Amino acid sequence: MEKVVEMRGITKIFPTVIANNDVDFSLYKGEIQALVGENGAGKTTLMSILYGMNQPIDSGRIFINGKEERIYHPHVAINKGIGMVHQHFMLVPSFTVSENIVLGHEKRKNGILLDKEEAIKITKEISKKHGFLVAPMARVQDLPLGIQQRIEILKLLYRGTDILILDEPTAVLTPQEIKELFSTIRSLVSEGRSIVFITHKLPEVMAISDRVTVMRKGRITGVLETKKTTMKEIAKLMVGREVLFQVEKEEPHFKGVVLELNNIKALSDRILLAVNGVSLKVQAGEILGIAGIEGNGQTELAEVVTGLRPLVSGEIIFQSKNINKASPRQRREMGIAHIPEDRLKTGISIDATIQDNLVMGAHYKKPLARGIHRYLRQTKDYAEKLINEYDIRTANQNLPTISLSGGNLQRLVIAREFSFDSKLLIISQPTRGIDIGSIEFLHEKILSMRDKGNAILLISADLDEIYALSDRIAVMYEGEMVGEFHPDEIGREELGLYMTGAKREN
Amino acid sequence: MFRELFTPQLLRATIRMTTPIILAALGGLLTYKAGIFNIAMEGMILVGAFSAVVGGYFLGNCWLGVIVAILAVLLISAIYGFFVVKLKSNEFIIGIAINIFANGITVYLLRAIFGVKGAFSSPEIPGLPDVSFPLLDKIGILNTILNNHSIFIYLSWLFVLLIYILIYKTPLGIRIRAAGEHPKALETAGVSVSKIRYITIILNGILCGFAGAHLSLGYLTLFTEGMSDGRGWIAVATVIFGEGNPIMTFAIASLFGFTDGLAFLLQGLGIPDRFARIVPHFTVIFALFIVARRAVLKIARKKREVIRKET
Repeated sequence: MEKVVEMRGITKIFPTVIANNDVDFSLYKGEIQALVGENGAGKTTLMSILYGMNQPIDSGRIFINGKEERIYHPHVAINKGIGMVHQHFMLVPSFTVSENIVLGHEKRKNGILLDKEEAIKITKEISKKHGFLVAPMARVQDLPLGIQQRIEILKLLYRGTDILILDEPTAVLTPQEIKELFSTIRSLVSEGRSIVFITHKLPEVMAISDRVTVMRKGRITGVLETKKTTMKEIAKLMVGREVLFQVEKEEPHFKGVVLELNNIKALSDRILLAVNGVSLKVQAGEILGIAGIEGNGQTELAEVVTGLRPLVSGEIIFQSKNINKASPRQRREMGIAHIPEDRLKTGISIDATIQDNLVMGAHYKKPLARGIHRYLRQTKDYAEKLINEYDIRTANQNLPTISLSGGNLQRLVIAREFSFDSKLLIISQPTRGIDIGSIEFLHEKILSMRDKGNAILLISADLDEIYALSDRIAVMYEGEMVGEFHPDEIGREELGLYMTGAKREN
Repeated sequence: MFRELFTPQLLRATIRMTTPIILAALGGLLTYKAGIFNIAMEGMILVGAFSAVVGGYFLGNCWLGVIVAILAVLLISAIYGFFVVKLKSNEFIIGIAINIFANGITVYLLRAIFGVKGAFSSPEIPGLPDVSFPLLDKIGILNTILNNHSIFIYLSWLFVLLIYILIYKTPLGIRIRAAGEHPKALETAGVSVSKIRYITIILNGILCGFAGAHLSLGYLTLFTEGMSDGRGWIAVATVIFGEGNPIMTFAIASLFGFTDGLAFLLQGLGIPDRFARIVPHFTVIFALFIVARRAVLKIARKKREVIRKET
């Protein structure tokens, strides 16, 4: 078979890490190749290099259709028919769909002016041809993520792309949207295009790919044919050891209601009603999983309960006490721990040291301080203990926190929040963007907190996680709870219908 | 006093005072749209004003003066662009550095070249021509307000239109706006964000060159130290209020031009000079206050409305 891409001996060194170490990669015409690996394995770096970003590289050669090319900027890649859909979409929010599609490759009229009519025509034609319906005049900022992804793909097709790189394309999609994406991918391949599919979700690898390339710590650890391999084998190559897919979970022991929400309402930053009359109860010793597509009020719900966002109406009852008026610090001292979804902005202070972030919240109390005096030796020991217990990989606790990788950052946040005497844990998207090894570890920790008698409110957009951990599942849609289930009594497809508002319980 | 102030002369002064502000603001809004918050216009105008006098005086032609002004400002812009785009330095610090440097170099060169302190004026500095429209002089009041202005006043109106078209109607414009709003989207579309930003910095340099030349060759042909006199800063404020829209920016620049004109006429009525000169700057503060307060109130009102409706 004909190789459309061949990368030989690619090495890329970033200031602190070797992102790609002598990597060989090839892509055949008309294949769907999954590129898998943990976070920080170097998948995105490798594909960005192919797309003309992350240049210059330290060594290596790239061949496109058998010819050596120097791809020093995305425009070279685009000319060679290479296109990439990035994990964070590259769409200008205030522009219309058609403006985004033609950006960089605009047509002119009268020699000077931008031909907007032509852009609209192009958008209509190309979207019709590929069977995705998009409104050319709609503003991207008003569109859901699933549609934005289609626009990204249309953008590449307009540029005449025949080698498509999709970087974790399913992260933001519902099960239905994932199905549609897969059928799109299949039809693109049937037209002779070749696709690289970056992911760390193995069921997707098995469902869509022809071949799999596995990376670990900047190196290729395996190139496999999907039909002749198993998830277990791929996972082993990714992590370097056997991985348990199903965390061992004991039956829950309920021990009375810890948190009760009565018809609570709250506003989003855009001053819309984000939480619209939510009522729920969480008991000690159980995990209540909140499933839902991001942006349906889950973030605001977590913030209201932890006191970060004002409550418009309703009642928050924690251990039989109304805490509507309690400050975030008071709530924390009562025993509400919070793992926010945005680690970098809310979970930690980036510029502070690892030690500072680990002891934050404990730093002003016994045994780490008395009055205005902090005990530095005890503080250091305290941080050291958490670093060991949670296996946070760092050379020194006095380094800036930003030096940690994604998985280690999350271990840090979890270490801090799990280390104080809590009754209720609010956990948002705990394993988003985190590698398999860390996920396994974090899931075990979350379950052990449950077994210690904590009530846990788990908010996650990842259905694998919801099913793996929850004792009950509630679905949130447009600020409301539209259904509540036992994990065994509902399938993913059906849950997806609730998540997208196609179905609701009354 | 009211009747003495609000005369066609005031509108004429408004138009005159608006021109240097809008010329610089048009440059500033281009870089603003491309994602650079440029506060170096004050220094760039000053360098433009000085170089226009130097060019005009030694080359004996006002247009050659304008060209020298543009070249000098482009040289400064190159330094600015090198630091801000290439080295990704903080644009405020570089902006302040350029402004201080501009002040120093013009004072120094004024002494080195012309051997004078404070101001240089000579009949041998050629002034920019006034334009008179033959039909307008038949209509008394419009003649007073609109006719026989220096050429850059009319050109600045043309530039407002051209830059509006550039930003909203051309391929370059869509790229400039993308460079400001989501630079990575532009870069991955195969367009160099740095290149787009350099283009806006060059255009800003040309426009600030015009603004400076207009100041020193437009009416009186002379250069005084610190001649830009805060106009570059007002241009910065204008860009912010106008949110980078050329038409809005022009409207707001005209407001500042009006208060400037008012200050100018107040001086003629015996109001102390220093007091009169407070007026435009006070307007800036007042306008900032109004805009900020309006935004805060709007959010608060909206919150109350949503809460009322939902509970």
